[in-house]
Amino acid sequence: MTALTVAPARRLPRARLRRIVSLGLYRGQLELLQFFRGTETVVFSLLFPVFALVIFSSMFDGEIAPGVTYSDYLVPGIIATGLMVTGFQTLAISIAIERDRGGLKRIAATPMPRSAYFIGKVIMVLVTSVVETAVLIAVSVLLYGTHLPGTADAWFTFGWVSILGVTACALCGIALSSLPRNSRSAPAVVAPFAFVLQFISGAALVFTDLPAWLQWVASVFPLKWMCQGLRSVFLPDSYAAHEAAHSWQLGWVAVSLGGWVVLGTILCLVTFRWTKTRDGG
Amino acid sequence: MRPLGESPAIEVRGLRKLYGETVALHDIDFEVHRGEIFAVLGPNGAGKTTTVEILEGFRPRDGGTVEVLGQDPFRAGEEWRARIGVVLQTTGEFEDLNVGEVVRHFARYYPDAQDPDELIDRVGLTEKRDARASKLSGGQQRRLDVALGIIGRPEVLFLDEPTTGFDPQSRRDFWQLIRDLAAGGTTIVLTTHYLEEAEQLADRVAVIAGGRIVDIGVPQTLGGRDTEATVVSWMGPDGPETVHTTTPTKFAADLHARLGGEAPGLTVHRPSLEDVYLQMIGAAGTAAAAGTTVVTTEDR
Repeated sequence: MTALTVAPARRLPRARLRRIVSLGLYRGQLELLQFFRGTETVVFSLLFPVFALVIFSSMFDGEIAPGVTYSDYLVPGIIATGLMVTGFQTLAISIAIERDRGGLKRIAATPMPRSAYFIGKVIMVLVTSVVETAVLIAVSVLLYGTHLPGTADAWFTFGWVSILGVTACALCGIALSSLPRNSRSAPAVVAPFAFVLQFISGAALVFTDLPAWLQWVASVFPLKWMCQGLRSVFLPDSYAAHEAAHSWQLGWVAVSLGGWVVLGTILCLVTFRWTKTRDGG
Repeated sequence: MRPLGESPAIEVRGLRKLYGETVALHDIDFEVHRGEIFAVLGPNGAGKTTTVEILEGFRPRDGGTVEVLGQDPFRAGEEWRARIGVVLQTTGEFEDLNVGEVVRHFARYYPDAQDPDELIDRVGLTEKRDARASKLSGGQQRRLDVALGIIGRPEVLFLDEPTTGFDPQSRRDFWQLIRDLAAGGTTIVLTTHYLEEAEQLADRVAVIAGGRIVDIGVPQTLGGRDTEATVVSWMGPDGPETVHTTTPTKFAADLHARLGGEAPGLTVHRPSLEDVYLQMIGAAGTAAAAGTTVVTTEDR
């Protein structure tokens, strides 16, 4: 501790950065360990999107455009929904519970750099998203004959849309975690956002079938853009003409998701609390 | 720069905290010396937790100065955090990790952490090293809490109601642990509901009620306990008799002389810490109610 007192953090940016990164990675490892030991969480968060995929595609079948079945349309939507659920819903609820149980306060009482906590969360979200997406793709290839992206370009789009989307969702999730007043109300506060977005963003229902005003509402939020970006990866190019704007609008996907990353970061910085709201005493 | 030994571990001057228009703390002053065990007593809602959370750096204040180890807790950085310890009460946040993993994990945060295995032995969790944290009993969970609070070898340790829910034996073991820490030079600040705990452990006690410090001092003299009238009772020929006196020894000697022998059923009862405490918070409650009205009027 003497060494630290003598050499303030500001004077040693590299050592500090190393400390943040190494503790961040360590936190990530711990988060993953906790996540994968929680069997129920793993099973439900991995299987929920698979169930959604199977149920929705058994409800509607047939082509929605030449060469594109409803199942084809559904696969990118469900992948995007899965990203939103791990990034936004699971994260927001788990942080709200951690805060309510005092776990956040305990961490904040230690000399751990606070950014290491968020790095750990990001690592957990990225790893679980990759696992979940892989499971979903495997299921859809097996059950619905989905074609994997055939070009490097498509894989690249898949990569950036997923990472940008899940990051935006995670940041919003961290920000929203400060809203519930206790862990019991957390799912009730968080779930409706995810639930509603799922239906209006072209994840479960064909976007262009929705009334125009609902399409406008959905366009404000990231999920619509994630779905659209991933459709450009998994559907034939000919389908672009059937999109609301008659194009994949990848530029707008980037702008919208990037905007949510910025907004989410600001919201996190403004709203994040390490302790519960005051409870007297 | 003063040498370490001279400055108090904690110095609080005119500390004021508002929640909206409600004054939670009215200009509180106190200091805690290095190596001291300092207890903060008070009813629920009196301002104990608020005070301690300000000292721990979790809450901003609305007035006054606060220094813990020479720094303002709310602005202090990680170097300062490495020198304090906070023992928090929680309910199974580490569900799926085992005791050894949790302790080793927290050891990573500190520049000079204790050896995790030795620490686990020290708090008496050796048998539970490989047990999931969620499977621990209440008392074992609190030992883990303490282990996490002291793992960084803190100079100042904060404990918020540390023994709530303990059985008597665990409470005594816990007290011994705290005494050992204090003997090793750690300054200890604890809040408690238990007067016995304050009396057993604390070098000094502060009683907070209605956001004010009602009294502060060693447990034996708190609230004028040492000088207040003592109650002497015995069984007289015509039934029980009771006398309040400030000279109980003389009174008992005179009684012996008067009765020409032992007084049947003699008790000499000095007001307990509980008696003076209840008296103090009762009086403060009334004063605080009046004080709140005045402040609200000023604000408008």
